[in-house]
Amino acid sequence: MNMGDRFSFSRWWGIVVKEFIQLKRDRLTFAMIVGFPIIQLVLFGFAINSDPRHLPTAVLAADNSPIARSLVRAMENSDYFRVVRQVESEAEADRLLTLGEVQFVLTIPEDFSRKLMRGEHPALLLEADATDPSATGNALSTLSGLGAASVARELGGSLAYLAGKPDPFELRVHRRYNPEGITQYNVVPGLMGVILTMTMVLMTGLAMTRERERGTMENLLATPARPMEVMTGKIVPYILIGLIQVSLILAAARFLFAVPMQGSILLLYATVLLFIAANLMLGMTFSTIARNQLQAMQMTFFFFLPSMLLSGFMFPFRGMPDWAQAVGNLLPLTHFLRLVRGILLKGNGLLEILPHVWPIVLFALVVMSVGLKLYRKTVD
Amino acid sequence: MPDENYAIDVRGLNKHFGRHHVVRDLALQVRRGEIFGFLGPNGSGKTTSIRMLCGLLVPDSGSGTCLGLDVIRQPQEIKRRVGYMTQRFSLWEDLTIQENLEFIARMYGMKNIKTAVAASLSRLGLSDRRKQLAGQLSGGWKQRLALASCMLHEPELLLLDEPTAGVDPKARRDFWDQIHGLAASGMSVLVSTHYMDEAERCHKLAYIAWGKLLATGTAAEVVAGCGLTAWEVSGSRLSELAAQLRSLAGVDQVTAFGNVLHVVGRDGQKLFEAITPVQESTPHRWQPIEPSLEDAFISLMASADQVFET
Ligand SMILES: Nc1ncnc2c1ncn2[C@@H]1O[C@H](COP(=O)(O)OP(=O)(O)O)[C@@H](O)[C@H]1O
Ligand SMILES: [Mg+2]
Repeated sequence: MNMGDRFSFSRWWGIVVKEFIQLKRDRLTFAMIVGFPIIQLVLFGFAINSDPRHLPTAVLAADNSPIARSLVRAMENSDYFRVVRQVESEAEADRLLTLGEVQFVLTIPEDFSRKLMRGEHPALLLEADATDPSATGNALSTLSGLGAASVARELGGSLAYLAGKPDPFELRVHRRYNPEGITQYNVVPGLMGVILTMTMVLMTGLAMTRERERGTMENLLATPARPMEVMTGKIVPYILIGLIQVSLILAAARFLFAVPMQGSILLLYATVLLFIAANLMLGMTFSTIARNQLQAMQMTFFFFLPSMLLSGFMFPFRGMPDWAQAVGNLLPLTHFLRLVRGILLKGNGLLEILPHVWPIVLFALVVMSVGLKLYRKTVD
Repeated sequence: MPDENYAIDVRGLNKHFGRHHVVRDLALQVRRGEIFGFLGPNGSGKTTSIRMLCGLLVPDSGSGTCLGLDVIRQPQEIKRRVGYMTQRFSLWEDLTIQENLEFIARMYGMKNIKTAVAASLSRLGLSDRRKQLAGQLSGGWKQRLALASCMLHEPELLLLDEPTAGVDPKARRDFWDQIHGLAASGMSVLVSTHYMDEAERCHKLAYIAWGKLLATGTAAEVVAGCGLTAWEVSGSRLSELAAQLRSLAGVDQVTAFGNVLHVVGRDGQKLFEAITPVQESTPHRWQPIEPSLEDAFISLMASADQVFET
């Protein structure tokens, strides 16, 4: 129409300033914004950082030859394994693993030493309780090298002809309960997405409902401020907060946990911005629907839970049933996790990440159009 | 062509919330420079009407102008030139007094924000406390701050929704002196209130019940329009007398005012016939009086209840 309908930069800036002042005074929210990533980082950081040793191990030795015994001794010498049981049957070994009394079961087959001496490349079976992959990861990686070297050394002269060959025996590792074996590198990028989802959706969800609940919305609406100015003005502080959170996590990933960063950091921040935008839109839409802050909070958790569970953060995505994968594919977090892992760990470029960019864009657009539609109704 | 003499000129305004018809065919005319009182019981639709006037609610039907601007098509322009003080304190309690005023000034796109806010603060007498959080102010100060904030952008029309509810008498008097000063300098004011003394300080009044405008005009016109006859009774044991009088046909209201009763009837002749036997049988002093504004409002409310409740 005229004057009054144009986007006013000074009004928009007024709203940004006000949000910052209120945020500064709102200790609880502020504590949550800073505290949430720090607590999560510390919690997950311990899991990542820890390099557990002396893991309880059961040995099912059908072959009680000197070679087998020296292999077990070598394992114990590595500090990662502690043999707590010699078991007689597979069933007993299974039971111990199920109960969590041991982390590993090493099975030495009957004719292991005979086959080894004949150079037949026999197999050792190591079953690992991989429910917590970071607990078993280091132990497993030491074992493969250690086995070969120690066998050769222990048996010296008589088997020297085996030492030259790359692998005198094969180590078969069965990771139980967690087939994909998520490594520590997966956790930090995932954490980024989870923290952003949580704080971005919740904070914006509360932003509008707070005005309504306190009755200040009426004052705001009585001024010439436009919905677009209010909505976007309120979003700005949270974009900044999101970027700070991401930087914090990235710094921790790089310097504390030595997570490799193969791809472009600029590209990473671009995808982070896209992801933040999608979550803020959702939060704004929630806050137009919710009658009060409690409802906004409930809606956030309703969204947060499937995001956590079905995005591949908690459980390996490929291990989920089809319906769960279908739901997961609708969630921005699912695609964000793939984007971040792709960029950080695999060094993906723009072309490779595109298939996971458009679902987030689509999500943001759909949610925003719903939000703007509902915003009009609530003004009346 | 809108009449430039009117700050508010609307007719046929209707508003529903769901199936609830909250404002019915409201027509209001407020002249420029006039203080217009808006009265009615709780839930009668005052706040809803005011919100429709300042563009916060879109009427379901009706038409009219506010400051010569169309209430349906130009809410954005109206917002710039109207000052609206909400019934509930609606400034930001976690902002300081100064921050609140600065924010409001920015929302109205004011140029000289610093000087305007400083001037407003000194007028309020709050310059020393400008760094105090608005939430820590007492009721009276909150009300002053709210008034200051809705006048910051120098509006031509003030819409004040129960501005003095819960404010002490001294602060109320100051407030009304200020309103009269503003009106004298050309500001138009629509103010809703429950207080009779405040109603009497308005140039014109409107009385609304169940969303329907029942009476409008000067205080004298409203009283005269009700066509009431009133008697004042003084003496002892008035509460027993009141009970006795209430049961009589022809007596419409009996209200105690301190040491006297007001006995009011819509039909003077019937009232006289009803009370004559009582006058003769009891030792009270009876005196015909002019019905008060309050008598008129109570009568209006009672008749409205009869129409809408049955
Ligand atoms: N936003 C709303 N939604 C539904 N009903 C409402 C709303 N606002 C007011 N009402 C109802 O409309 C009626 C008139 O309310 P209101 O205008 O606030 O009266 P008043 O200001 O005279 O006390 C009341 O019955 C109230 O419950
Ligand atoms: Mg009201």
